[in-house]
Amino acid sequence: MLYRIFICFFLLLTSQNCAFAATVEVCPNCNTTSVAQAINIAQPCDTVLVQAGTYHEPTLLIDKPLFLIGRNFPILDGQEKVEIISVQASQVVIDGFQIINAAFSSSRELAGINVMNAGYIQISNNRLNNTCFGIYLANVNNSAILNNTLQAQATIELSAGNGIHAWKCNNLLINGNTVTGHRDGIYFEFVTYSSIINNHSHKNLRYGLHFMFSNNDRYQNNIFENNGAGVAVMYSNKVTMINNHFVHNWGDSAYGLLLKDIADSHIEGNLFEENTTGIHMEGSSRMDLIYNTFTQNGWAVQLQASCDNNDFSNNNFTGNTFDIATNGTLVLNKINHNFWDKYEGYDLNKDGIGDVPYRPVSLYSMLVAEMPFTIMLWRSFVVYLIDRMEKLLPSLTPENMLDSSPLMKKVNYDTSKST
Amino acid sequence: MGKIIKYVLYDILQNKIIIAYSLFLLLVSISFLSLENDSGKGTLSLLNIILIVLPLVSIVFSTIHFYNSYEFIELLIAQPLPRNKILLSEFLGVCIALLVGFAIGVGLPIVMLSFNQAGAMLLLSGALLTVVFTSLAFWASVITNDKAKGIGISLMLWFYFSLIYDGLVLMLLFTFGDYPLEKAVMVLTALNPVDLGRIMILLKLDASALMGYTGALYKNFFGSGYGTAIASAVMLVWAIVPLLLALRMFKQKDL
Repeated sequence: MLYRIFICFFLLLTSQNCAFAATVEVCPNCNTTSVAQAINIAQPCDTVLVQAGTYHEPTLLIDKPLFLIGRNFPILDGQEKVEIISVQASQVVIDGFQIINAAFSSSRELAGINVMNAGYIQISNNRLNNTCFGIYLANVNNSAILNNTLQAQATIELSAGNGIHAWKCNNLLINGNTVTGHRDGIYFEFVTYSSIINNHSHKNLRYGLHFMFSNNDRYQNNIFENNGAGVAVMYSNKVTMINNHFVHNWGDSAYGLLLKDIADSHIEGNLFEENTTGIHMEGSSRMDLIYNTFTQNGWAVQLQASCDNNDFSNNNFTGNTFDIATNGTLVLNKINHNFWDKYEGYDLNKDGIGDVPYRPVSLYSMLVAEMPFTIMLWRSFVVYLIDRMEKLLPSLTPENMLDSSPLMKKVNYDTSKST
Repeated sequence: MGKIIKYVLYDILQNKIIIAYSLFLLLVSISFLSLENDSGKGTLSLLNIILIVLPLVSIVFSTIHFYNSYEFIELLIAQPLPRNKILLSEFLGVCIALLVGFAIGVGLPIVMLSFNQAGAMLLLSGALLTVVFTSLAFWASVITNDKAKGIGISLMLWFYFSLIYDGLVLMLLFTFGDYPLEKAVMVLTALNPVDLGRIMILLKLDASALMGYTGALYKNFFGSGYGTAIASAVMLVWAIVPLLLALRMFKQKDL
């Protein structure tokens, strides 16, 4: 829906200024055989139509409104010597190219497609491979990055770039992209009022999605899996995260979702599966976490004592080694109405709500947080006894960390109803 | 030797304890595996049985059986047979009986209801634990001629390996918590067959939690085929050493 509105809006704006546009065709046997030359002769608002073939070009500098369209995925090969496309004007469309082998520089951030100080840009249906940064947006507004495939073979963080990198942008739509093998799959810094939808970010070195100082954004229906450290959302306000999948982020400092200094955000209907830590929350306030599913994680939620006024309700916790871990006795969060598969209470009046509270923090999970190597004794008889005793008479685990109305049955969540 | 094993097996079959044991395990396994809708959870419940009941039954049954067949052993010793062979046959007889019981009681349900990596590991470590504790039982029963004392030693061994040892390790970890103990913890694990068996299974069941800091160390070591092989080898050492000790003692023993 959002997507359609966006495109209409976009077309409206471009068509107004571009009334009489011509087409310049580029192919190995045409009059024009170089894309750079074609861009040069094209008037503002013209279309440069590139047919299939391999083009070794200098950096393609686009400094006027232009439609750069590829037919059957022409290859723009930078041969690891140049940045491939540099856009410095508004109202540009780049569609249907295969963009490979951009240069690497340790001092400048070179990219497959670099857009700077522009607006109304659409980058769609491109396939990028071995570009240091994939799509690099700096000070770009009202633009869309749609259905691109970005691939890289980064091995160390220092010499790798981000897949889709956005800095100081406003009103972006990032939809349907697949990003793999970069440093961060999608990187947001100072980006506002933007949406990240239907993307698949996997096997990146650091974060699947890296999100900093970016307010009023939304990400929805994305899949983040097998990333070095999962997804990090930091120092932001009013972020909405809905129906995303955080899968299989394994490692000591790997999280499905890392929330650090976030406030007033909404996390709904997400699936956290097979992560070492599902959600790690630190210094976060006033967030709603509802209808999420945590399954087969090491720690479903690590809720640090520095978080306050967060509301966990209607979440499913199943098959996790530890449900919740914390690092202090102060509890300023509300945990109510969740389903816990480890709950052993009863429901006498059959209202679907357990009659005795559930304590999601076990003594042993606190011990392991403090001394990681005690994990060796996990599920031994001694540990079982200790945990049992602590459950009966809580002395070391936070007394107020409890779900006083645990659900007896799993919550069913209808993804179509998400707000 | 084959003949002696046959007699031992025949004797064990006659007293029906082993049949009751198989049936008990079968009942427990089937109920755990079919009642829990999540097969991982069923395997987890079985884990406790494997780690507590299996060693207990193995060690107590073997000890009692040894003392009960004391007269039979005396009779055999009067024959021109090497003592090694006699004790080894007794050991193999009991071992085979317990392993068959385990295979019927736990192996069958797991293969039929939830055969996966964790299940396979459960079977492997269960079988190894059976052998280890039978071997320990023989060692305990050769030490003394007094039946009550022998059973006492066996129970103490079981108690030590399943409870006291872990308590001691926990205390140790508390005391020296400020030091990097990752490697030391790994060695401590190898010093207790029950812990070794537990960790082999856990690596397949709680993989996510174990991927953290220290866990990753375990995972890299035990999780690889190489690590599993080493862990199994250490378990076998735990089976062979007490048996060798028992054989040596039995050779010089004044019956």
